[in-house]
Amino acid sequence: MKKNGFKAWLYLLPAIIFLGAFMFYPLIDVFVYSFEEGYNSASQTSFGIGTYNFSYVLHDPYFMQALKNTFLLVIITVPLSTGFALLISLGLNSIKWLRNLFQTIYFLPYVTNTLAVGLVFMILFKKTAYSDGLVNAFIGIFGGGSVDFIDGPYWAKMFVLCLYTIWIVLPFKVLILTSALASVNEMYYKAARIDGTSKLRMFTRITLPMISPMIFYLVITGFIGAFKAYSDSVALFGTDLNAAGMNTIVGYIYDMLYGDSGGYPSYASAAAIILFVIVLTITVINLMISKKKVHY
Amino acid sequence: MNDINENKTAGSSAVPVKKKKKHIHIMTVLVYLMLSLWALMVLFPFYWMLLTSVKDYGAYSSEYIPQFFTLSPTADNYVEAFSAVPLGQYFVNTLIFTVITTALMLIVTVPAAFAFSRLEFRGRNLLFTLFLALMMIPNELVIITNFQTITDLGMRNTFSGLILPSVTSVFFIYLLKENFEQIPDELYKAAKVDGTSDFKYLIKVMIPICKPTIITIIILKVIECWNSYIWPRLITDDKAYFLVSNGIQEIRENGFGRENIPAMMAAVVVISLPLIVLFVIFRKKIMEGVSRGGTKG
Amino acid sequence: MKIRLENLTKKFPNRSKKGGPDVVAVDNFNFEIPDGKLIGLLGPSGCGKSTALNLISGLEIPTSGRIFFDDEDVTDVAAENRGIGLVFQNYALYPHLSVLKNITFPLENLKGNKKLSKERMVDKAYEAARLVQIEELMERKPSELSGGQQQRVAIARALVKRPRVLLLDEPLSNLDARLRLQTREEIRRIQRETGITTIFVTHDQEEAMSISDLIVVMKSGKIQQIDKPQTVYDDPKNLFVAKFLGTPAINVFVGAIKHGRIYIGDDPVMPVKGVENRAIYAGIRPEGFIPDEQGGLKCRLKGVEVMGRDTSILSTHYAQEGEIIRSIIDSEDAMQLSTVNEALDRKTNAVFDPIHEKDNKRGEIRFSVKPRKIFIFDRETEERIFFSTN
Repeated sequence: MKKNGFKAWLYLLPAIIFLGAFMFYPLIDVFVYSFEEGYNSASQTSFGIGTYNFSYVLHDPYFMQALKNTFLLVIITVPLSTGFALLISLGLNSIKWLRNLFQTIYFLPYVTNTLAVGLVFMILFKKTAYSDGLVNAFIGIFGGGSVDFIDGPYWAKMFVLCLYTIWIVLPFKVLILTSALASVNEMYYKAARIDGTSKLRMFTRITLPMISPMIFYLVITGFIGAFKAYSDSVALFGTDLNAAGMNTIVGYIYDMLYGDSGGYPSYASAAAIILFVIVLTITVINLMISKKKVHY
Repeated sequence: MNDINENKTAGSSAVPVKKKKKHIHIMTVLVYLMLSLWALMVLFPFYWMLLTSVKDYGAYSSEYIPQFFTLSPTADNYVEAFSAVPLGQYFVNTLIFTVITTALMLIVTVPAAFAFSRLEFRGRNLLFTLFLALMMIPNELVIITNFQTITDLGMRNTFSGLILPSVTSVFFIYLLKENFEQIPDELYKAAKVDGTSDFKYLIKVMIPICKPTIITIIILKVIECWNSYIWPRLITDDKAYFLVSNGIQEIRENGFGRENIPAMMAAVVVISLPLIVLFVIFRKKIMEGVSRGGTKG
Repeated sequence: MKIRLENLTKKFPNRSKKGGPDVVAVDNFNFEIPDGKLIGLLGPSGCGKSTALNLISGLEIPTSGRIFFDDEDVTDVAAENRGIGLVFQNYALYPHLSVLKNITFPLENLKGNKKLSKERMVDKAYEAARLVQIEELMERKPSELSGGQQQRVAIARALVKRPRVLLLDEPLSNLDARLRLQTREEIRRIQRETGITTIFVTHDQEEAMSISDLIVVMKSGKIQQIDKPQTVYDDPKNLFVAKFLGTPAINVFVGAIKHGRIYIGDDPVMPVKGVENRAIYAGIRPEGFIPDEQGGLKCRLKGVEVMGRDTSILSTHYAQEGEIIRSIIDSEDAMQLSTVNEALDRKTNAVFDPIHEKDNKRGEIRFSVKPRKIFIFDRETEERIFFSTN
C-alpha cells in the first residue's frame, strides 16, 4: 500500500507540476494581482492593497464598451445559434439521402482556423475604394445602399461579428443536437403514432423533453463561450479593437496585459475576475433554471 | 383521442390521405432547401478563399463587382505567400509547437489518468476533485500570471515559453481516466498474478485498449494547437516564433501591403489546408471526439 | 500441492458514509486443502468467498493469519511469485490481443533463467490450448469467440505457466445453461488430467456439488461447513447450510421438541431420543415426505405437478417458513400416488361445510417423514441438533 502510494504520486508528478505551475499558482496569483494597487511590472512593487483596480476598470470607457459588445454578442448569438442548430438538426434527422454529406460540411468550420477564415469574411463584407465587396454587391441587386460592415456603423459591425460567431459555433451545436436526436428511442415515436399523436405534439411532448438536457448543456456552454469571445473579433476587425469599438471583455484583458496599451497586469486581473464572476453568475442561474425545467 | 377519431373519418375518403402525402413532400423539399442553403453558407467562404487565391492580383483589383469564377487561374499568389512573408517559417513553427505540445500532453495525461483510475493511494479522491475543480477555471484567469511567469523567466519568444503553459488539459485526464476505468478489474488482477508490472500493464494492456480515446485526445489537441492564437500572440513578438494564427494576423496588418488580397487568401488556404485534410481522414474520430466533450475556445 | 490456511482474517474499512465497524470479509479461516483436489468455495454473493480467493492468490494481503503452500509460508510472497493461475467470471481476456498472444502473455513476464524463447512460448501456448481444445482458434480475437470459448482461453492462459494452484472465480456464471454444464465437465476433466490443486468459487450449489471433491460453505465471512458434497447435503451442520444446498430447497418449519417427540406446530411428527424439550426449526428435504393417511404432519394440498420421473406435491402448513411446501415423490410409486390422488379428490369434490369447517378434511393431505431426511436445529443458534430414533 505504501509502496503503491509512492508510485502513484510518481505517475501524477508531471501533471501536478504542470497544473501547479500554470493553473493553480496563477489562480491564486490573479487574485493577489487584482488587489495590488499601482503594481509595476518592471519593479514588481505595488503601493498597497485595495479595490482600486476594480474601480478603475469599471470606470474605464473602453471596458464599458467591451462589456456592452460582449453582452450584445451573447444575447444575440446564443439563442439564435441554438435555435438555428436545433432547426438544422431536426432537418438532418428527418432525411436519409445526403445526410452524411451535410453533416460533414456543417462540421467544417470547427476545424478551421478562426483567424484565417475571419479574413475571408472580412473581404466579403469590406468596402474599399475600388470595390464594395461581394455582400454589398448583393445588397445592391435588391436596391439597397452599400454599407461598410468592417469600418462602418456600429450595427453593421455587430451584425458581421454575430454572423461570424454563429458560423463558428454552429458545427458543435449541430453535432451535439444531431446525436441527441438520434438517440431518442424510436419506440416513443412508434407508441405516439399508434396513439394518433400529431407531429407537432410529438415534437413538443417527446422530442423536446428528451433532448432538453443537451439543449441546456449547449446554452450553458454557449453562454460561457460567447462571454469569452475574442479571436472572432480580432479576425474581422484587426488587433486594435478599442479603436474599432469592437473590443470584448477578453480582448480588454489582453490589451491591458500586452501591446500598445499593455503593462497593467493588475487591471487585467481585475477585469478577468469581473468576467469570471459574470460567467459564474450566469452559469449558476442557468443551472437553477435547468434544474426546474429539464426533464430527464 | 380526438386525433384518432379524425383519422378514422379521414381514412374513409381517399382525398385527405393524398393531401397528407403531398404535405410531407413539400416538407421534405423545404428541409432540403434549408439544409442546402446552410451548406452553401458554410462552403462559400472556402470557395471564395480558393477562388480569390488563384485570381491574378491585377485582375482582382480591377473587379469592382467581384467575379464568381476566373478563367485564368494563377499560382503566383502562392509563390508570393511563401516568398514575401515567412509563411513557411510560421508553418514550421506551428508544426514544432503542435508536435511537442501534443507529445508532452500525452506524457502528462496518460500516467495521471492511470494513477487516478488504477492505483490506490491516500488522497486520491481529494486530488481528483481538485483536478475537476480546475476544469471550471477559465483560461483568462490564469493567463495573466502565466504571461508574467514566462516573461520573468525570460522565455518570451522561445518555444518553451509557447509550449509549457499549453501542455496540460484536465479535461483530457478526466476523459482518459473514465475510459481506463471501464477496463475490468479482472484484467489487472490477471496481469498481476502473471507478474506484470504496473508500467507494463499500462503500456501493453491499457493503452492499446483505450487507443480510440487516446487518438481522439491527440486530434483534439492538434486542432487546439493549430488554431491557438491568444497565448502565442501574448508571448511572441519576434516573427521567427510566430504561429500561423499570428502569422495571418501579421500578414493582414503589414504583410503584402494591405491590398494584395489574393496573396492573403493564398496564405489562408495554405494555413487551413492541414486541418481540413486531417478532418477528411479522421472525420468519424474527430466528430465522435468532439461530441464527447470538446468545445471550441 | 497442499494449501493450509491458519487463522486467516481480512477486514475492510467500512465504506458506508456513517462509518462504523470494519467489515470482516474473511473471518478466522482454518482449513487444509489436500493436494490435487478440487475444492468448491460456496456461499451467497457477498459472503467473502472472492476475498478468500484473492487472499490465496496474493492479490489481497490478509489482516492477520498465515497461508501455506505445502510447508512454505507464502503470506508475504507477491502474487506473481506464488505460482498460481487465475480465471474470472468475465474471462478477463485482453481484448486487443489474439488468443495466442493472450496465452503467451504470462510467459513474457518470466525473467532470468526462466525466460523463454519465442518458439518455446508458442509451443507452451499450444500445449495449453490443446488441453482445453482451442488449438484452431489461436489467431482469433476474443471478441470473435463465444463465451464458452473465451472461458477456455482464459483457462489455457491460467494453465500455461503450469501453476501450483488454479483459482477459478465464478468461472461459469456468465455462460448459458447448456455451456455451463459442458464447461463444468471440462474443468473437472482438466483438473483430473493436470492434477493441479484447484479452488473453485461459486454461489451455485448445484455447480459446487457436481464437480467438487470437497465443499467449503461460507456465510458472512465465516466457514459454515467443510465436507464432501454428499455429506454436506445429508448432514448439514446448521440451518443455513441445510437451506443453501438442495434444489428444490429444504422445507423449514417452526416446531418444538416435547417429551421426546418432534412437533411441527401442533402436529407430532416423529419420536426422538436424547433431546430435551426446546424450541426448534425442523427442516425436511423434499424427498423426505411420504404421503400417508395415518401420517402426523397435516398439510393443506395446493396442487400437484407431475414432471416425468418425479411428482411434486405443493401444500401449506401453518407452521411453515417460506411460501410453500414442496415434496417430491417417485411418479412410479403407485401407493403414494393413490394417497395423493385421494387427497386431490377430496379437495375438488368436498362440499364446503361452514359450520364444521375446522374438522372437515377438505384439501387435507397427511405426511409421514423419513427420519434421515428431517433435520432439527436449535431455534436460537440455528445449529443442528442430533438425535436418534431408537
